Amino acid sequence: MAEMAESGGGHKEGKKRAKKSSTRVDMTPMVDLAFLLLTFFVLTSTFSKPRIMRLAYPAKNEDKESEAPKVKNGITFLLSKDKIFFYTGEFFSASKPGPNGPTTLKATDFSANGVRKLLSELNMYVLQKKEGLAKKVQMKQLADTTFLRLMDEAKVQPDALKVLVKTDDKATCKNFVDLVDELKIAEIGVIAPVEMMPEELELLKQNNK
Amino acid sequence: MPKIKIPKSSPSIDMTPMVDLAFLLVTFFMLAASFRPSEPVTVNTPSSTSDKILPENKLMVTVDNKGRAFLTIGDAEARKETINAVLAQYGSKLTSKELEEFYGLTTFGCSVKDLPTYLEASETERQRFESAGIPADSNYNELVDWLKSAITALDNRAVTLLAEAKKKGKTPNYNEIYPKLVIRADGKVTYKKVDKIINSFREIKYTDLNFETIPELSGKTKE
Repeated sequence: MAEMAESGGGHKEGKKRAKKSSTRVDMTPMVDLAFLLLTFFVLTSTFSKPRIMRLAYPAKNEDKESEAPKVKNGITFLLSKDKIFFYTGEFFSASKPGPNGPTTLKATDFSANGVRKLLSELNMYVLQKKEGLAKKVQMKQLADTTFLRLMDEAKVQPDALKVLVKTDDKATCKNFVDLVDELKIAEIGVIAPVEMMPEELELLKQNNK
Repeated sequence: MPKIKIPKSSPSIDMTPMVDLAFLLVTFFMLAASFRPSEPVTVNTPSSTSDKILPENKLMVTVDNKGRAFLTIGDAEARKETINAVLAQYGSKLTSKELEEFYGLTTFGCSVKDLPTYLEASETERQRFESAGIPADSNYNELVDWLKSAITALDNRAVTLLAEAKKKGKTPNYNEIYPKLVIRADGKVTYKKVDKIINSFREIKYTDLNFETIPELSGKTKE
């Protein structure tokens, strides 16, 4: 519908005009096509390219139940569906209590005041070191590669926080990835996803009601 | 009575600006769009703040929301080597037509026994395939054999690529040539089911794994 033929509008009979062909082209089909393509591309395109999050697992030792290495600053997360429980240091069961009695679980969550705050406090050593090194990088006293190397070294120091992640049957993959992501944000270098002990599972069940 | 003349306005509107805009958007989306090869299952991965981008060269195990495993071998040459190695190990054979079909398949998921029926099925039929997924139970684990053959094949391929690059006088990028081991798990599946797949990797002493995630803002906290 580029132009409607206008007729009868004041033309006097007898006077003949050379017919002017309209310069306009009917664009409707083109517009239709353009929008069709537009809709197609809008609906099919995915913008964010998928990312990968690296996680090194401990090697599998079939012959011996590997004893957990003694760590100075360690925390164990027990993960259930949408819930996180944790205890610091070693595990003491009710039948074999440690100096402070048997281990009790504390609960936390995925909010800003939950696990993130907890980790930033416990991993103060590495985070402070990172701040100092980052300042040096900014003032061009330190190369980027050296920064990364020093950070990797700091993460395995005895004062740096080491984390064990244990999951029960109900925890989803999303819970796990979220927690590991929080650990990465808190610059934790040693993350070990391991099997839950039966005593821990029992304790988790008591707390998770 | 004189007729009242209503001035006739033309019913056509100038559509040029609209068309311009439409084509601009079409061009933008066309260039920005990236297409993924069709996959037998849809998986919604969880999000993370990681900034490493998923490489093309990868060995990926997809775990769908039912915990079924699917294997993706990025390199076409390595795919050929893998299937031949696995078929030899299981003592089964495929016709040349079926093999041809497999070579073109980036992602697949079924037991070795079901391969002929799986390959014969059309793409939509495969999505509804009942016994989909590679068996990865601790008592019957085919996935481990697939992974073993695939990693060997990918490593062989990497060696050839390295030699080729050196011949051309280029300095090869090891990160690009050696494949990444990626786990693409649905966020809703229980971690225990993913753990079964991870254990298959650990059994053959590959422990450096990557989780595929969608990007998220680093400051955001999860609810």
